[in-house]
Order: sequence, then C-alpha cells, then structure tokens
Amino acid sequence: MDHPQVSETPRAVAASSVRHIAIAGNPNCGKSTIFNALTGLRQKVGNYPGVTVERKTGRFFGTHGEPMVLVDLPGSYSLQVHSADEAVARDVLLGRTDMPRPEAVVVVVDASNLERNLYLAAQLLDLQIPMVLALNMVDVAEQNGTRIDKAALEREFGVPVVPMVASKGIGLLELKQTLSREVLPAPDKRPPVPEAIEKEAQALAKRLRADQGSPFSEALLLLTLQESGLEELARHEPAILTPTMEALARLRAAGVEPLATLVEARYEWIGELCSRVVHQEGEVSKLTLSDRIDLIVTHRVWGWVAFLGVMAIMFFCIFTVAQYPMEWIEGGFGWLGEQAKALIPEGHFQSLVTDGVIAGVGGVVVFLPQILILYFFLGLLEDSGYMARAAFMMDRVMSSVGLHGKSFIPLLSSFACAIPGIMASRTIENRKDRLVTILVAPLMSCPARLPVYALMIAVMMPVASAAAKAGIMLSMYVLGAVTAFLMAWIFKKTLLKSEKPMLLLELPPYRMPALKSIGLRMWERSGIFLRRAGTVILSFSVILWALLKFPEPVNPETSKADAISQSYGGQLGHFIEPVIRPLGYDWKIGIGIIGSFAAREVFVGTMAIVYNLESEDEAPAKAEDGGKPKDEAKPAAEAKDGAEAKAAGEGESVDKEEKEKDEVRDAMLAEKHADGTPVFTPLVCVSLMVYYVLAMQCLATVAVVRRETNSWRWPLFMVGYMSVLAWGASFVIYQAGRLLGF
Amino acid sequence: MSAELLSQLAPGDKARIAGFSLPGESLSRLFEMGLTTGAAVEVVRFAPLGDPIDIKVRGYHLSLRKREAAGIQIERI
Repeated sequence: MDHPQVSETPRAVAASSVRHIAIAGNPNCGKSTIFNALTGLRQKVGNYPGVTVERKTGRFFGTHGEPMVLVDLPGSYSLQVHSADEAVARDVLLGRTDMPRPEAVVVVVDASNLERNLYLAAQLLDLQIPMVLALNMVDVAEQNGTRIDKAALEREFGVPVVPMVASKGIGLLELKQTLSREVLPAPDKRPPVPEAIEKEAQALAKRLRADQGSPFSEALLLLTLQESGLEELARHEPAILTPTMEALARLRAAGVEPLATLVEARYEWIGELCSRVVHQEGEVSKLTLSDRIDLIVTHRVWGWVAFLGVMAIMFFCIFTVAQYPMEWIEGGFGWLGEQAKALIPEGHFQSLVTDGVIAGVGGVVVFLPQILILYFFLGLLEDSGYMARAAFMMDRVMSSVGLHGKSFIPLLSSFACAIPGIMASRTIENRKDRLVTILVAPLMSCPARLPVYALMIAVMMPVASAAAKAGIMLSMYVLGAVTAFLMAWIFKKTLLKSEKPMLLLELPPYRMPALKSIGLRMWERSGIFLRRAGTVILSFSVILWALLKFPEPVNPETSKADAISQSYGGQLGHFIEPVIRPLGYDWKIGIGIIGSFAAREVFVGTMAIVYNLESEDEAPAKAEDGGKPKDEAKPAAEAKDGAEAKAAGEGESVDKEEKEKDEVRDAMLAEKHADGTPVFTPLVCVSLMVYYVLAMQCLATVAVVRRETNSWRWPLFMVGYMSVLAWGASFVIYQAGRLLGF
Repeated sequence: MSAELLSQLAPGDKARIAGFSLPGESLSRLFEMGLTTGAAVEVVRFAPLGDPIDIKVRGYHLSLRKREAAGIQIERI
C-alpha cells in the first residue's frame, strides 16, 4: 500500500521524542485498569474539542526511564462508530484530532471473551500502525478451562502479545518492556478482505486526502457506511461522497453487501485463528460463577429483591452517611467565615469575602460527600458488571416511554445530582435518546431541593407527625420522577421523534471491582464537579450578593429588610411579582426564586435575609444541609435566641442551621399580606414546593448541559420548558386550590 | 417457507443464524457484535419483565429486545 507519509505520524522516529501510545479495547476488557496501573496519578483529564467525551492521557516511564504518553481511548466495539465515545476512539486512531496520531496502539482484549474482542483488534490491524495485544484476564479464561497459546497468537496475528492479569499487576512489566522497544514494527498481517471489496477499497484509498495516515482503513470504513454515515459524509466531505457511492453501487450490482461480507470475513478469520490458538479443556457449557450469580440476580423474584436492595443501600448512604462529612464541611466553612471576618476590616470587601465567596464556595462543596458516595456506588456497580443487569431489568420500563435501559442509570443518578446523571448519559448511543435523557434528568429531585421541601413542610404543618412529613416529601420525589417519564414520552413523540432505539447490551461477566480504579475516578470526577459547578456558583453568588447589597440605603438607620426591598434584587422581586402573583407568591418569595436560579438551596438563606433574621455573616448563598428533613418543631422562644448561638463557634454550626430554619419558619408563619391575611398558607407552600420540583434552578446543570450538547440551544430549551412546566403546575394548584376554598 | 425467528425460541434453545430482516443501521451493530449469518446462539433467559432477551453468542452474553430478535431468522440446532 502506498502510504503518503505525513510529518505528524513519526512512525520511524524512535526514542528521541516522547512516544504517544493509544490504549484501545472493548468496554469491560480491563483497559482502564491497565491505564491506571501504568500511569497512576500522572493523569490528565480534559475534553476532546467539540465533543464532551473525556480525553484521558497519562505519563509513564519505559524500562530505561524514557517518558511516554498514554492516551486512554473510550471503550469501543468497532471503528464503525455508533456513539460519541466510539467516534473519539476512531478519530484519535486515524489521526483526525488535534493531538498527534499515536505511534503505537495497545489493544486490550479479554482472554475469556476472545472472539468478540479480537474483532476490534482485527480491524485495527488494517491501520498498519505498530500494535501490542494485551491479552488480559488470562486467569478468568483459565478458570473457564480456556488456555491461549501466546506464541501461536503472536504468529497468527503478527503482533507482540502480552498475557496479563491487570487487576493483580501481572504482565504490566512485560507490557512496559514491549512498549519500550527501540523500534515498534508495524504488524505484518491484516485480516483478509474479500476480493471485490479489496479492489474497490484500494482504488478509493488513492482518492483520499493525502494527510490521511491509513487510507486503506479509511476506505474500508467508507465502504461500510450506513445511511446516517453517508449523510454525514455528504455534509463534511462531499468530495469523497461520489466515488464512495459509485464503489458501493458497483459492489451491490455484483451482489456484494460490503458490510455483511466484510464483517463475516473478519469473524471467519478470527474463528479459524482461534481454533488454532485457543485450547479448551474440560466442558465448555458448564455454568461459570458469573452465570450462577445471574441465576439469582436476574431471577424474576430474587432479581427485584437484589435490585431494590442495591438501590436502597445506595440512597441510604447518600442521604444519611453523607450527613457527617457534610456537617464537617459546613462547620469548616463557617469557621473560615469567622476567621475572614476577624481578619478583614468591616466593609464591602469583608462582606464580599464572607457572604459572597466563602458562602458561595461552601454552598457547592457541601454537596461533595453525596456526589462522592454516588460515584463510589456507580463505580462499584459499573465495574462489577451489575450496571448492565440493572439496565437489563429496567429496559422494559424505560422502553414504555421510548427510551432504553441505558437511560436508567443517568436518571437514577440524578436523584443524587443531575450533573453526574447528565454526564452518565454519554453511553447512550442514539443522539436523540441521549438528549431526551438529558432534558428530563433535572426533574428528578436532587438533595439541593430538600432544604426547600423541608422548610415548606415545616411551615405548612408545624406540628404534624414525622411520618406525614415524610409522606409529603416522598410525594414530591414521585411527582418529579413521574413528570420526567411523562416528559420523556412527550419529547420522544414530538420534538425528538425517532425510532425506538435498538438495545444491544453486553452483559459482561461479574468481576471484583478494583478499588484503585474507582478511587481514581472519584478523585477525577469530583475535580470536574468542583471546577464546573464551583466556578458558576461562585460567580453567581457574588452577583447575587451584589444584587442584594446595592444600591446601599442613604440612611444608615434603614432596617435590613428595607434595604433589601430597595436593592436591585428587591426591585427585581417587585418587578416579577405580577408574574408570580397568580401562583400565590409575593415579591419576597420572588427574591428567593431569583436567588435560587443559581442553586435551589440558596432559597432558605435568601429568605432568612429577606425576613431580616440574620446578621451579615449569614450569606445569601448559605448551604442548607441537603439531607435529613428536620422536623422537630422547636418552640419559637428558643429560635429567638439563635443570634447568641452564632458566636459559639464551629462546633455548634449545625445547631445554628437548625435554628436558622426554625427562625425562617417562624418568620414565614408570621408573615402577613398588607390586608392581614397570612402569606404562607398551606396552599402557597404546596404551590412553592411543586415549583421547586419542576423548575430549572441550577446554573451548574445548565452549564453542564451546554457542554454536553455543545450548544446553547438545548440548555435554553431546558430552562424554558421547565419554567413553563413549573409555572403552569403551580398556577393550576394555587388557583384550583383557591376555588376549592383552601 | 417461513423460517423460525430468534424471538420464538425458549430459554435453553440453541440455533444458528440464517438471515436478517432489519434496517441497515441496526444490522451493522448486530454484525459487529458477532451476530453474523451462521453464528451459533443460545437463548439464556428473558428479563423478569419479559423483555429483553439474554442470549449467548461467541462465548459471551448479549442482551437484545424481542423486537430485534424478531428480525433474525434462525435454524434450530
């Protein structure tokens, strides 16, 4: 083949420059374990330009200390792409991205599932770049009675093979040694291509742009494009469309269906190769341990018990265990605020630092424990193989609204936080289905709404039993989930109409999850969360601080409530009052709603300021604890003493929180309209809670949706439809309730 | 002659794939996951709610819905 040699594919260049090596493989083959074992904490996580697939690179050192860069490609089954993840793997391997084309590729294959795993490897042979086959999980294969002849595989495949048990570190050194070789030769074999296709592919390869490193591979990909792929080609590279269509027409006229023929030829080659390389000892069809676990876990009765058990444990940990670190974080930020207050002379700057910056950052960081616990469980479920079973169990339910099993995990995660939920939607192949999942994910009630629910319930029924309160709380969760499903169904029927997606889901064997991998993922995800969410909320809390602070009253004797009423924020509250009046809210609640646009939990703190309850160290962006509903109805007198508790220091900051809510509750109960009727009737409370269930009030989520969809269109649409939904539902509830005499 | 379909098999049944009647986009993924003409498949179980199906092909477990399985013709073995 006549490769046009390009400057950025320095195949001949040896150890002089830093070697770029890509690591590719099917999902669930242990690719990440190998990547993590080689690079450890020397990893960098970024994004590929234009898409939201994570770009993970890491450095490691060869056997002679030479630095090398390892690029972890997303797991993929084929170069013929079906998802954004796979597109990235393809683009990197073909040198289509802004990063240098890798000089070599490590293809990780699961020895216990060799045939299917070798399909991608066979396809990558066509690239004709140096390849090392990492034959992972040979221990599992041996347990199943499968022995793989390494020498024979090297001979048949034409590349170096390294048998490994990556989870135990076995084979890592050998892999390193292989990658440190002075010269990594390109493979001397490629899978046979049926003659008619070979001829067309060779001809087509010559017509490709000269900067494409593997023209034959590219040509094969062109010839196996399906309708949507051809449409995309017409948009991006119309020049090559005509010769492709002509070649396809000639092949079809000759009775050759390129895709089926090519895939079958590859599998046939792999099948023959395996018959010479794989030696099966003992019975093939006996049940493996994994099969036996599945007998229970996907059983029609025990399967649900296991499923509900897993979910219950996960949410129990998110909502209760997380309380302790959350309280420490709140205490820590409270202490920090006190210190800042002591150090910085009173004035705007002090107020900005304590009320704006520290409280704003604290408001985000406080959710970190819950998010970490969520990621821990998601990692555990994913790496053990249970996630695929959950999708398998739930697919029927999801398909009733037109989605599929893979949407289940993103929606479930959104109960903990919509941001990881939305990021988890990346595994969904169909773009429209992914969008639907993203659009409805924020309707699942996240912990940031809890303080609002808890406050509203406390105002609505100060003396009710804990069970009654929990019941109302639960109904808010149900309302969010039901609405999410309903909206998904509507979107699938209208705006994002598409065929019911096909489900083709691998059920990988169960495995013992590697805590190191999960730990690394938690580490890196929490960093992403803090950066993305933190920057947005931080800037917004500063803006909010300014809105409620300025313009300052001329008369220093003006009470705080009056000052707020006259501030820009207060003016805004008055301005939107006509819009929210029909929902039963006054301008003060309006300020709370405006403040909540950054983050919902801000509501309680803002209300505290509006009702003139707090001194300046209680910031608008105050983070209420997201977890347990605090139901004890404390006597009002005790709440009045709250101010004294403030000086008591960090140890009592939790008590302070309790008191803050009680103070706010009492102030709300006492709040009257001009005509003397109470503002917070039970009806208003319900209306407000429903508003918080349905409204899009999380700037961090909007920012993430912007990133994930790569345009402002969908995040704006999301804000729009959720606002309409929230306003509409609250309107109906308030007005209908009034008609019914509540 | 109307061939039997993958969706008509019961757990434990084994068969060989004889042909497809599915749109091209779905086919490409099915092929690449190893469901090619001639490949041996075994129905392992149905999900607790009746759909999807868990099948064994080329030594691994794959799950697909009855709707797609109904587009795959098979011969029992």
